[in-house]
Amino acid sequence: MIDANEKSSVIRMFHVHHNYGIQKALIDITLDIPKNDFVFITGPSGAGKTTLLKLLYLAEAVTEGQVLIDGMNLSRVPRKRIPLLRRKFGIIFQDYKLIANRTVFDNVSLVLEAAGKKRRLILKKVRSVLRLVGMEDRQTALPLSLSGGEQQRVAVARALVGDPKIILADEPTGSLDDDSAGIIMDLLKDVHIRGTTVIIATHDKDLIRKTGGRVLFLKEGRLDTSSFVEKDYDNSIF
Amino acid sequence: MTILFFKRAIEDFRNNRLLNVVTLLTVSLSILIVSAFVLFFINTSEIMNFWKKGLRVMAYLKADIPGSELLDLRRQIQTLSGVESVIFISKDDAYKQLKAQMKRQASLFDNLDKNPLPDAFEIRMSPSTRSWEKVEFLATQIESRDEVEEVEYGQKWLGRFTQIFDLFTLTGYAMCTIFFMAAVFIMANTIRLVIYSRRDEIEIMRLVGAAERFIKIPFYIQGLLQGALGACIGLAILFVAFLFMASNIERGFFSGLFNIQFLSPLFLGIIILISMLVGWLGSYLSLKQFLKG
Repeated sequence: MIDANEKSSVIRMFHVHHNYGIQKALIDITLDIPKNDFVFITGPSGAGKTTLLKLLYLAEAVTEGQVLIDGMNLSRVPRKRIPLLRRKFGIIFQDYKLIANRTVFDNVSLVLEAAGKKRRLILKKVRSVLRLVGMEDRQTALPLSLSGGEQQRVAVARALVGDPKIILADEPTGSLDDDSAGIIMDLLKDVHIRGTTVIIATHDKDLIRKTGGRVLFLKEGRLDTSSFVEKDYDNSIF
Repeated sequence: MTILFFKRAIEDFRNNRLLNVVTLLTVSLSILIVSAFVLFFINTSEIMNFWKKGLRVMAYLKADIPGSELLDLRRQIQTLSGVESVIFISKDDAYKQLKAQMKRQASLFDNLDKNPLPDAFEIRMSPSTRSWEKVEFLATQIESRDEVEEVEYGQKWLGRFTQIFDLFTLTGYAMCTIFFMAAVFIMANTIRLVIYSRRDEIEIMRLVGAAERFIKIPFYIQGLLQGALGACIGLAILFVAFLFMASNIERGFFSGLFNIQFLSPLFLGIIILISMLVGWLGSYLSLKQFLKG
């Protein structure tokens, strides 16, 4: 049994398996991610990177094993409390997942509205986070009128606005050019420096090389412990 | 937060304009049909009550009944269930009344060598006894008395009309139920289509930590607004039709006989509330089915 009172880890996985029907997506994953860690989960396509992230915010449930998020055992989270769990995360997707008929401001404010925050606070926080990602002057624009890089900056703003403990980014630069990818990664590094745990799933070795950080390597659903690497942002790991 | 939910509901309405307009028209039409029935029912009931108020049983007596027996008979009729008053009309009084009513044909009476009219009791019913069956039962009881020659109790057509009206009421209830269910299912389907068109948005809301309540409330508000708005449109159309018909009736054959009324504010309120309930129920059914995943 995992010690639920573990203080230093924000995420713990213990012998986690996940199957899609008869297909095994994740096999016996045990890992520990401390607070304020900056982690890349990498591996080839189909290795289970996205599935692993989905298990964390309960978009998928584990087939076997246990997952602890900030001391909360996910197998014991009732359906009604899943929204509370998800508010611990800021999630960034490769396809941005912005609501097309809502403005940039409304897309970002949605997180705080869903959390029942007051209007005045919402205005203040959304403007502040849009300023941080450099989208303050586009707050009335609709997502489809923005470039890919701008849309992803809005998605980052949405992920940050609720002051989450953990940022999960699933291929956040997968659809972006180098310059836009650089801006997004700089934003994520800034967030990490301010104390947030950042977990990025990517197969982009160049991105990991440029950014640096701890790397977890997944291969055919298994965590390849031989490839655990810890590096600073500035150093190459490949 | 409530303002935000209303804002979202109205935004959804605007974004799915065609779908919502079709639903609104369907609800309006259902409300129009149901409230037209209610209006007809209320006014017909009023007219029938008006007719029934003048309803009396006339018991024509055999000739030469002694005064003491008359008093006794009157007392016994008075004790029958449902009788409000019993007035004796002697044949002389009846003759005088008839002559007074037929002043222009007074010559007809000159050829009569004796008064052909019988003595009679005019029996009025208490308000609770104005159902046709009770009047009929009372008349049969009075007619069974030896002193009574004949009993007349209003127009036979009124009885038949009452039966037709009862049948119509029953049909009306069935129609109301069918329209209620149809409106609920149409509303449920519209909301379902709206939810389907917004499934990505709902998924995103869930991913950013929105509770089910936060997602559902705008849909409930949308259903309630559609119900209220649909009812108002349906009732407005009915009111225009009513004004047109009322002016024709007042000028026509029934002029001055009775005053037809529009639905009272209480009824209007009840119809709007029921329509809102239809909207809410439609939203509830579709949300229950669609968001269970």
